[in-house]
Parts: sequence; C-alpha cells; structure tokens
Amino acid sequence: MTWALRDSWTVTLRDLGHWRRQPWDLVIGLAFPILLLLMFGFLLGGAIEVPGGYIEFLFPGMLAVTMAFGLESTMTYVSQDVQRGVTDRFRSLPMSRIAVLLGRATADMLASVVGLAVLLVAGLVIGWRIHEGIGNALAGVALLLLLRFAFLWVGIYLGLLFRGQGGVVAVQILVWPFVFLSNAFVPISTMPGWLQALSAWNPVTATVAATRELFGNPTVAASGWAAENVVLLAVVWPVVLSVVFATLAVRRWARLGR
Amino acid sequence: MTIRTTGLTRRYGETTVLDGLDLSVDAGTVHSLLGPNGAGKTTAVRILSTLLDPHGGTATVAGFDVVREPAQVRRHLGLVGQHAAVDEILGGRDNLVMFGRLSHLGTRHARRRADELLEQFGLVDAADRAVSTYSGGMRRRLDLAAGLVLDPTVLLLDEPTTGLDPGGRREVWQAVRALVAGGTAVLLTTQYLEEADQLASQVTVLNHGRVAAEGTPDALKASIGQDRLDVVLRDEADLPAAQTALLTVAGNADVDLDGRRVTATVTDRVAALTHVVRTLDDAGIVVDDVILRRPTLDEVFLHLTGSMKEAS
Repeated sequence: MTWALRDSWTVTLRDLGHWRRQPWDLVIGLAFPILLLLMFGFLLGGAIEVPGGYIEFLFPGMLAVTMAFGLESTMTYVSQDVQRGVTDRFRSLPMSRIAVLLGRATADMLASVVGLAVLLVAGLVIGWRIHEGIGNALAGVALLLLLRFAFLWVGIYLGLLFRGQGGVVAVQILVWPFVFLSNAFVPISTMPGWLQALSAWNPVTATVAATRELFGNPTVAASGWAAENVVLLAVVWPVVLSVVFATLAVRRWARLGR
Repeated sequence: MTIRTTGLTRRYGETTVLDGLDLSVDAGTVHSLLGPNGAGKTTAVRILSTLLDPHGGTATVAGFDVVREPAQVRRHLGLVGQHAAVDEILGGRDNLVMFGRLSHLGTRHARRRADELLEQFGLVDAADRAVSTYSGGMRRRLDLAAGLVLDPTVLLLDEPTTGLDPGGRREVWQAVRALVAGGTAVLLTTQYLEEADQLASQVTVLNHGRVAAEGTPDALKASIGQDRLDVVLRDEADLPAAQTALLTVAGNADVDLDGRRVTATVTDRVAALTHVVRTLDDAGIVVDDVILRRPTLDEVFLHLTGSMKEAS
C-alpha cells in the first residue's frame, strides 16, 4: 500500500512539473471560466431577470460548471498518455499499477482546488458574497469538489475507452449541452416542461442549487422532489457517479491487457 | 536463456495474430524478429513485457513467467516501444528521475541513475530542456535510456529506428551494441533486413504470426537466395538479347519490361559481374546501369511465403 501511495505521488509530481514548466497553460485554464463568468455576468446577464441580482445567481452555477468542465482535461490527459505509449511504459514498470490512476486523480483535484480558489477571488471582485457564514460556505466548496471528483472518474473512464482524438473532441462538444441543461445559467422554471424535467435531475443542477443555498445566494423556487432535496442529491449524485465510474475505470484499466 | 517462449499464441477477435511462436534469446545477444507490418512482432513484444495476456503457450523473461509472475518480470525488463513514450513537457532528466522513482530505486539513486544515463546517451546538454524540443534521434535515445533505468537483464526494442534518419539510426545501433557487450539480452523487432544484419546474431522471420524461417543472418540469407544482379538497358529492344546473356552466365534471368531491367540471382558475385559485363559488351548491348545487391526484404518475403504455400 505504501508503494501505491508513493507511486501515486510521483505521478502527481509529474503534473506539478507541467505547471512549473508551462505556467501559461495553467493561467489559460484559469482564465477561461473567468472569461465565461464575465461574459454571462455582464454581457448576457442584463437580459436575465432574477430576484437578488444575476451575478449572485450566476456565480455558484459558474463554479459547478467549471468543475464539470474538468472532465475534459482529465479525459484528454488520460487518452493522450494511452496514445503516446506513456501508459504502456508505466504498465511495464515494477510500480503499483493503480498509482497511475490515483496520481492522475490527485493531480486533477489539486488543480481544481487552485482553480476554485482563483474563481472565488474573481467572484468576490465582481460583487459576489456569501451570506450564510463561513461554515456553510465551506460545505458548498466541499460539494463543488465532490462534483469534480465524480467527473474526474467519468473522465478517466472515457479517456481509457476512447483512445483517439475524436473521442476527446466529441466529449468536449457534448459537455456544453450537458452543463447548459441545468439551473446554472437560468432558472429551470423558464424552460419548456420536458426540458425542466431533464434539467431538474441533472447532477449539475443539484450541486448548483445546494451551493446557492449554502452560500445564501438567490435561488428561484422550483417544485418537485428533486428541487426539495437538493443538498441530499448534491451528495448522492456525485457519490453514485464516483462509485460507478471509478469501478468501470479500474476494471477497464485492469483489462487493458486482455 | 533469458527469453524463452513456446507455442505463444494471441488472437484479436477472430484473427490469430501470433500463432505458436517458439523463441529463445541468450544473454549478451541480439535476437531479431523480422517481418512486415501485421506479422505479429509487436504482439510478441507486448506479451513479453506483460502488457498483453497470451491466449496460448508460455513465455518466461529472466526465468519468470509473464502470466504468473508479471511483477518479477517487470523488475528485470526494459521496454522501448514504437513511440517515444516519454513526457513531452518535462525535460529528459525529470523523465528519467520519474521512471527511476517509479521503478522503486529511491529518489537519490534515481537521480544518480538519471545522470549516468544522460551521460551515456549524450543528452547532458539537453537534460533540462523540454523533450518536445528534442530531435527524433535524441528522443529515441532518451526513450532507450528510459528503458534502461533498471539496468535490465532483458531489453525489448520494438522497431527502435522506424522514422529515424540515417544518423539517428546509427546512434541507436551504437547504443544497442554497447548494451549487448555489457551482457544484456536484446529482442529487437524490425522491418529492415539490414538492421537485423547489422545487430542480430539470430533472426526469426515472422509472417502472419508464424515463424517463416530462423537462423543466423548469414544462414538465412544463404537459404533465402543469393545476391541479385540487375542490368538496366538503354534500349528495350535489347531485352531478349540481355536475357540470353544472363541465362548463359547465371543460369537464370527475370525480365521486368517496365524498368528495361533483367535480374538474375548469382552465386559468385564478382565473377558473375565481370562475366556479365563482358558478355553484354561483346554482344554490343548498351547498358545504363549494373547493380549487384543483396535480396530485398520484399524478395525474401516473396520467397518465404511462396515456399510456405508450396509446402502446405
């Protein structure tokens, strides 16, 4: 077990080495959600009526969407390593094999913590505030990271499943309608009935609604079981996704040689 | 015996890509797996490096079974695959230290080993530059170095010179020779007869997953066929006359109408060359070119697959 942890850390250090060598990649990765935040907050936000102000409504949504987008970078890393033979090199070394996945997971979670911190500062700068105390706010941050953790395993699984560049591009495109089909940018009540049903059960919706509650940011009342149990769903959804996709990913990983 | 396989078999779906491979490689020698794309060379390497499970037969590396004792196998194995499997963003040194740590050398030992390898492969100056700035030959050398972090008893090289220019190819060959002199057993796959000829003491020719021929390079060449003599004519009309001349001297002659070319297999190279040139000159046939050469890999395979068909 200690080798599994040590090897995981070595694999994580590889990513930290990337940050050091290509800091611009990190900066661009951080700038993208901020750009999106400013675009929605100030360009489109004026046209969207939400009680309590659009910036405060939007911001928790933007945080959750950024966590969901993390899926793409995880998947890109994993499938690139498979394509370039780096995964084969790792698998031929006398290292703990599972450490390749655990190291990837640790590196991506670290990147997300840094990214989230930068976004929170950006939010404060443009006028977002917490209203329910620091404890609740931290619980909100924890839910966001839990969502990232779930999408991380989805990303690892998809990266092992689709080895070509085409798979990555397809996921990069499909992730957009997925995050937009939620309450992140507009209240669900503004959507047609059948879209409301889909959006209400989107894992992103649960996390967004729960963090809005915990941050004390404006929510738009919605009805139905899913809307009345957002905090529960914001925990259950990511846990279920993590368990399912981590199992699939580990099985896929173990069967690379079959 | 550091590599030994008996009846090694692997299928992908319905296709059998490796069909009963028997192989043995001694310490301090290069054994070459020679064959065209799809012959099963990479599949064999992937099974030996524990990346792929065999569907039949057995294989041992450094005395350990690849299926039952994969962890032991990995401790004695170096793998250099077809792609330079290194991190492009990190420098050469960081890559080698990472692989050393992952091979459980310990950080200090891993650093020392990285320095040794950078020195050995002439990469000291580029050690801290991102690998993405390396030339093809430098990448290949780094890849080789990464395969040697553990000072393995067995090194598997899968087409290590594909895509390299002649200079890069020579660099890799030199490195392989030095390793073998140090006692490493090397299994090298290649599509190039010349590469097998340069490096290997034993050659196994694979075709459609089966062993088509095996032996020393010289024995193989002798069995596959003798040297070729090509005569390229100025005038197509002289083809019949040239064919007659070659038949007289070598006892055989193939005519290639497109290339104004007549080809014969010859045994005594120089005597045949002198004789043919004199005969053609006497007959007043104008010649653009005369080429004395080894059989090409194409001819080797045509010969081998042809004789396999006859046998079955």
